[in-house]
Amino acid sequence: MDTVTANTRPDLRVSIGGLELANPVMTASGTFGYAQEFSNLLDLDQLGGIIVKGISLEPRPGNPPPRIVETACGMLNAIGLENVGVDRFIKEKMVWLAKLASPLVVNILGDSVEEYGEIARRLDQVEGISGLEINISCPNVKKGGVAFGTVPTMAAEVTKVVRRVTELPLIVKLSPNVTNIVEMAKAVEGAGADAVSLINTLIGMAIDAKSRRPKLANIIGGLSGPAIKPVALRMVYQVAGSVKIPVIGIGGISCADDAVEFLLAGATAIQVGTANFYEPAVTIQIIQGMEDYLRQQGETSIRDIIGTVRTGAEV
Amino acid sequence: MFSVVKTDIRQIEPYSLVAFFMSEFQENCPIETITRSASDVVCITVLASQIARTACPGQFVMVRVGNGYDPLLRRPFSIHACDQKNNSISLLFKVVGQGTAMLAALAPDDSLDLIGPLGKGFSFGNTPACLVGGGMGIAPLYFLASELAARESTNDHHILLGARNREELAPFVDQFSGLGFAVQTATDDGSLGHHGFVPDLLDAITPFAGTIYTCGPHPMMENVVRKCSQLSLPCQVSLETHMACGLGACLGCTVAGKDGYVHVCKQGPVFPASEVKWTL
Ligand SMILES: Cc1cc2nc3c(=O)[nH]c(=O)nc-3n(C[C@H](O)[C@H](O)[C@H](O)COP(=O)(O)OP(=O)(O)OC[C@H]3O[C@@H](n4cnc5c(N)ncnc54)[C@H](O)[C@@H]3O)c2cc1C
Ligand SMILES: Cc1cc2nc3c(=O)[nH]c(=O)nc-3n(C[C@H](O)[C@H](O)[C@H](O)COP(=O)(O)O)c2cc1C
Ligand code: FES
Repeated sequence: MDTVTANTRPDLRVSIGGLELANPVMTASGTFGYAQEFSNLLDLDQLGGIIVKGISLEPRPGNPPPRIVETACGMLNAIGLENVGVDRFIKEKMVWLAKLASPLVVNILGDSVEEYGEIARRLDQVEGISGLEINISCPNVKKGGVAFGTVPTMAAEVTKVVRRVTELPLIVKLSPNVTNIVEMAKAVEGAGADAVSLINTLIGMAIDAKSRRPKLANIIGGLSGPAIKPVALRMVYQVAGSVKIPVIGIGGISCADDAVEFLLAGATAIQVGTANFYEPAVTIQIIQGMEDYLRQQGETSIRDIIGTVRTGAEV
Repeated sequence: MFSVVKTDIRQIEPYSLVAFFMSEFQENCPIETITRSASDVVCITVLASQIARTACPGQFVMVRVGNGYDPLLRRPFSIHACDQKNNSISLLFKVVGQGTAMLAALAPDDSLDLIGPLGKGFSFGNTPACLVGGGMGIAPLYFLASELAARESTNDHHILLGARNREELAPFVDQFSGLGFAVQTATDDGSLGHHGFVPDLLDAITPFAGTIYTCGPHPMMENVVRKCSQLSLPCQVSLETHMACGLGACLGCTVAGKDGYVHVCKQGPVFPASEVKWTL
């Protein structure tokens, strides 16, 4: 058991572009519902931050089933961004969410630049919201369905429009389905993002050999879970070395060691996604494990390990 | 809402009932017994005091399989039996893939990490009851039948069970008979009872004015629902879908409802048949 007293407790506090977190552990959008779903299974107030399911301007029904399939050390999902829409979110979900001690970040999505701007405007003055995370892995309907997150100028435009309507800390969530993630990060940094988070899911596919059918009704879906961690870690490492704003690491994080690896690679905070599904209290275990790690390493603050991976050059 | 009321719940003040029913627990549950039948059906009984105390028929648990990343997701299983005196619950499942094979290999010294009780179970409607189960869909109906038997005479109710063959079905028949019910059976190969499908047995019990509760393969339930709608009988169905969380968070467990999608883990797994979209 933990025998540490208050004054020997390592300092886990981090700051993300104006967002002050008691520890670097947040829940990833779409994997933690609207948080209430988990309230019986862990102490939500211990979390560094909570990011809720992506919100659009109008309610979205989502994709036809089947929407999920398990893969080796991971899963594919094609939920199709089902959500209650921004107005019902504010009316029905915020009353409960506003009572939580942990900072709440709302993930937003749209199919046009204007839609992103309008959602952000409606959320801007809502009590209990500490920040916005922009999901740019969505198709831009006006531009032939190309994802905002794959064209630097489009990603920058969305960021600018949202930046104009809100003072809230702004995190832009990057898609890994690009040739050059650094270019994307730089584009949104230049457009006024306070931080970037990465990665969203990697596009994948699964086929049932016997029936010769895709396992998802949507045919393709987003891969998440431990299987994607090495890709995510590499991207976080590259981006953290190239931008000045804080980086939030996401992708397959399932234990404290995983989380620490992302911090060593340059992330200031991390988000836990798929692991919440099979281990609802995993975030709490990660927070405790981070403290243990710092003690073992003789460190007093989590901030001192950020970006300290020893790649050889600095020795 | 829930109308399964257990003796210890009656003593709880009304206002706490909602929270009582809504809460789920994560429990590390020592395995008491594990048996495996000739037809690869496994029954695991675990000590799960919090889940046993609050579970209702039709509810399910999410089971962690192993502690690695493959398999990654928990597996959903209905609560097959619930013994409040001994604080235990039983799961009954067929080995169909990696997860169920790993669970089947467990031994009484091992334990299971469970989250439950989850979802909305059966609600008691007009009596008499008619339980229609096919294959492993019979699993949750046994918990329902035990509750029925504890409340009223078993004479009035109908139990209709079907499976591929005698080997698969006979253990179930013994179980339900043990509660005092008369059981009618159907098998695909005719080795036990009616040679054919279990919905056929519904014809023999009409005229019937009560509630139908059904769980089994989707085509079977479709047949049951078709007959129920012809006879204007209320029917409750227990549905299966792939699930990642069981908590209402991932939104992966959708099926088409009467108006729009429904989520099986939270709004179900038991639904009034009229709330589900069928291709009748
Ligand atoms: C609410 C509910 C209650 C259930 N109760 C029972 C029960 O009492 N007894 C029983 O034998 N089975 C039950 N099932 C089905 C059971 O969950 C699957 O048989 C099991 O998940 C298969 O796991 P596997 O690893 O052996 O198979 P695999 O095919 O290797 O599993 C791969 C993935 O598909 C999922 N999956 C495969 N088949 C099903 C299925 N039929 N339903 C849902 N997910 C599936 C698995 O959970 C896993 O994520 C229930 C399902 C649900 C949704
Ligand atoms: C079922 C599911 C739903 C998701 N929904 C969203 C979403 O609405 N918005 C978003 O930005 N990311 C969404 N994601 C992506 C996750 O937030 C995360 O970026 C990704 O899953 C990688 O992290 P992980 O490997 O820890 O899960 C979703 C992921 C899953 C598995
Ligand atoms: S299984 Fe995750 S929402 Fe139903």
